Amino acid sequence: MTPATSLQHRPGVRSLFTTDHRVLGIRYLLLSLAAVAAGTLMSLAMRIHLVWPDRVFPFFGPVKPEDYLALVTLHGTLMLFFVMTLAPQAGFGSLILPLQIGARRMAFPLLNALGFWLYLLAFLVLLSSSFVAGGAAISGWTAYPPLSAIAAAGPGQGLGMDLWLFSILLFGLASILTAMNLLATIVAYRCPGMTWERLPLTVWAWFTAAILTIIAFSVLLAAIILLYLDRHSGTSFFLPLGDLVNGTLHTSGNGSPLLWLHLFWFFGHPEVYIAILPGMGLTSMLLGNFARRKIFGYRVMIATTLLIGFLGILVWGHHMFVAGLNPFAGTAFSISTMAIALPSAAKVFSWLATIWRARPAYTTPMLFALGFVSLFITGGLSGPILAQPILDQYLNNTYFVVAHFHLIMAMAGIFGLFAATYYWFPLLCGRLMNESLGRWHFWLTFVSAYMTFLPMHLAGLEGAPRHYAQFDGLHNAAAVLLAPTLLLQRHITYAAFLLAASQSLFLINLAVSLRRGILAPENPWAATTLEWGPSEVQDSASGEHFQVHRGPCHYFHSPHAEGFLPQWAQESNPE
Amino acid sequence: MPAIISPPITPPGTEKRRRELEDGDHGGGRRPPTDKRTGGSGDPDNWNERRRGRPGPRERLDRYRLGLFFGLSAVFMFFVAIVSVFFVAQGSGHIDANARYINEWLPTALPPILWLNTAVLLLSSLTMEVARRHMFREMHVMDEWLGLGKPITRRTMPWLLATIVLGALFVVGQLLAWRQLATQRVFYYSSQSSHSFFLITGVHGLHLLLGVAALVTALIGLFASKQLENRQIMVDLAAWYWHSMGLLWLALFSLLAFCQ
Repeated sequence: MTPATSLQHRPGVRSLFTTDHRVLGIRYLLLSLAAVAAGTLMSLAMRIHLVWPDRVFPFFGPVKPEDYLALVTLHGTLMLFFVMTLAPQAGFGSLILPLQIGARRMAFPLLNALGFWLYLLAFLVLLSSSFVAGGAAISGWTAYPPLSAIAAAGPGQGLGMDLWLFSILLFGLASILTAMNLLATIVAYRCPGMTWERLPLTVWAWFTAAILTIIAFSVLLAAIILLYLDRHSGTSFFLPLGDLVNGTLHTSGNGSPLLWLHLFWFFGHPEVYIAILPGMGLTSMLLGNFARRKIFGYRVMIATTLLIGFLGILVWGHHMFVAGLNPFAGTAFSISTMAIALPSAAKVFSWLATIWRARPAYTTPMLFALGFVSLFITGGLSGPILAQPILDQYLNNTYFVVAHFHLIMAMAGIFGLFAATYYWFPLLCGRLMNESLGRWHFWLTFVSAYMTFLPMHLAGLEGAPRHYAQFDGLHNAAAVLLAPTLLLQRHITYAAFLLAASQSLFLINLAVSLRRGILAPENPWAATTLEWGPSEVQDSASGEHFQVHRGPCHYFHSPHAEGFLPQWAQESNPE
Repeated sequence: MPAIISPPITPPGTEKRRRELEDGDHGGGRRPPTDKRTGGSGDPDNWNERRRGRPGPRERLDRYRLGLFFGLSAVFMFFVAIVSVFFVAQGSGHIDANARYINEWLPTALPPILWLNTAVLLLSSLTMEVARRHMFREMHVMDEWLGLGKPITRRTMPWLLATIVLGALFVVGQLLAWRQLATQRVFYYSSQSSHSFFLITGVHGLHLLLGVAALVTALIGLFASKQLENRQIMVDLAAWYWHSMGLLWLALFSLLAFCQ
């Protein structure tokens, strides 16, 4: 495997500030790995505190409600930005995308490198916010004003909130740079013959997600700047007149907290698709690859990818049904939200049709792709429920919502990342990951993910609210209401521990396979996309010796032969 | 024309070939004769006939323009957000103790100098376009290529310099407008309407300063860079950024002038 050779480190400062897309891709992934580890530990701490609030953490002491909220904020910010945005889009985007379109490099390697340093700085700024006076911000990853606009609102809302805003500002800038780079690479750097219709669906997904990044993150940057002005320069874009927070009365201007919700969710909802679209594209490609089939309805899949992206920017209002939105607007947003079910269902049908009676090879990446489909369906089915304002009146801010977005975005997204890691690992170091460990990892993760997040639906239907720091040890009316869910919540905590513990198999597998894994043969998965092409496809000085002849997943089954034609192979008629 | 449609005559020996997925069929029932779709990055030729490994002459320029286009789209969305905030702030009110709806919006009277500034900015866009076009004069490109001095730099430089001066004038003019408002006791901190006014002009001013920085970089590059293509790219990108900021100002200015 040639890519491994180009990863050999040159000593010195030059290699530190490298612009090589492979090295940068690995760095993005390592940064995400650090973020996901921190975020997972935080979620465990939250789960412990929810059901055993009296437990004292070592080196920390008793957990106060504001500490719990700080954990919520950091967990959400880390997972959503630094894992689900960074790893699929920037990480695998710079690692794999140029290889898949037959480009030798990305369009703007310098921007790519700059992006990495900005992401790293944003990460450090976010982590540092837990160590300043008052601790980290406590207003969640959505940072709703007026409480996020006033430093007196809580212990973390002073310097902690400022650092949070600065971190997201840096992250947004870096994301826009990444998206510019990806888009220009896809448009201008495809190799000869790589027409738009021959692009792998992963590339289409990266393309759509990058467009969404450009549109959404710039609006977030504007919102963050305005919130910063509200906090520090006496404006009141988001602060309503007569707002009384912690003894401070706001008298100077008349802003609208709803305005922040509009701006934030105009970013926030496309952000969800930025996180999940690469996983959808990869799932399509993996199902085709391991089922040895053409992907069912290839053009329709391209269209649904774009359509999901397009509809994704029209639905932000469904996060605001109970926030005082005009009911007519609620109806419009409800319709546009349910319209997303159409392209999503088309995708699911294509996945099922692709593997229908195909006797696929159940390798670990395939298992994770199938797990993605399963989680996508389970998590997706609660989407149209929450999309109805009437039902959302009841379910908003309950654990039902937590279950919905954890299944469809967090779990499906992370299954996409696992599939990507198991699938593309041979490109990184020329070795395969251990299959039996991988299978154990998949089944444990799959079962415990459902064990963790399915019961949350029930807790939500019972009315268990989000953002409560504890369910046990309350001495008020809420305790009576929450008592029936306590057993369920305990179960969720145990399952969450199982889920987190199963990930150690993945880490062990990574560490072991990196040095001692089975040496991968050329094109170990019999894949048809360019990243598995022979070395002259990958590393030739000018890329002039090859051309792409067909779309991906060209497998054929005839009575006398089974085989496949990769995109780079020349013969056009195999039979 | 006779109103008779003759049936298509198939020459003997051409039986219908089964259509494949990769043939690029668009569902119209007919197959395009050759695959003319291109893969981007350069000339819009048929890939199958193109000489390999020879990117077009303006491949790098096109790529940088593409990147700038995506960056400018992000800037555009940024201003869309700012402008929507302006409209929300303009329309929002509150209900006072006597149950009356109060809208405290006070339109900021535009200092007349803004009209002058706008004219200056438009003029600068004009000079910038002249500078940009000078970079691509074929005769001069040929001269440079033959080593006959640097006619392109020589001819572009005054126009670029003029643009920088005009751009700086615009920025100074905006500051003067703020000063004039201050003499009328209108400050950033005054009211919600003034917040919006100063925000819009300020944020646009910052973007424009970035443009001035790009122009200065291009000016330095005109002398520092040996390679003509690099100089072309720098001036070209600075020019398109500059035009976009001019266009943006026109939109923002008409917003402030007519929609308050």
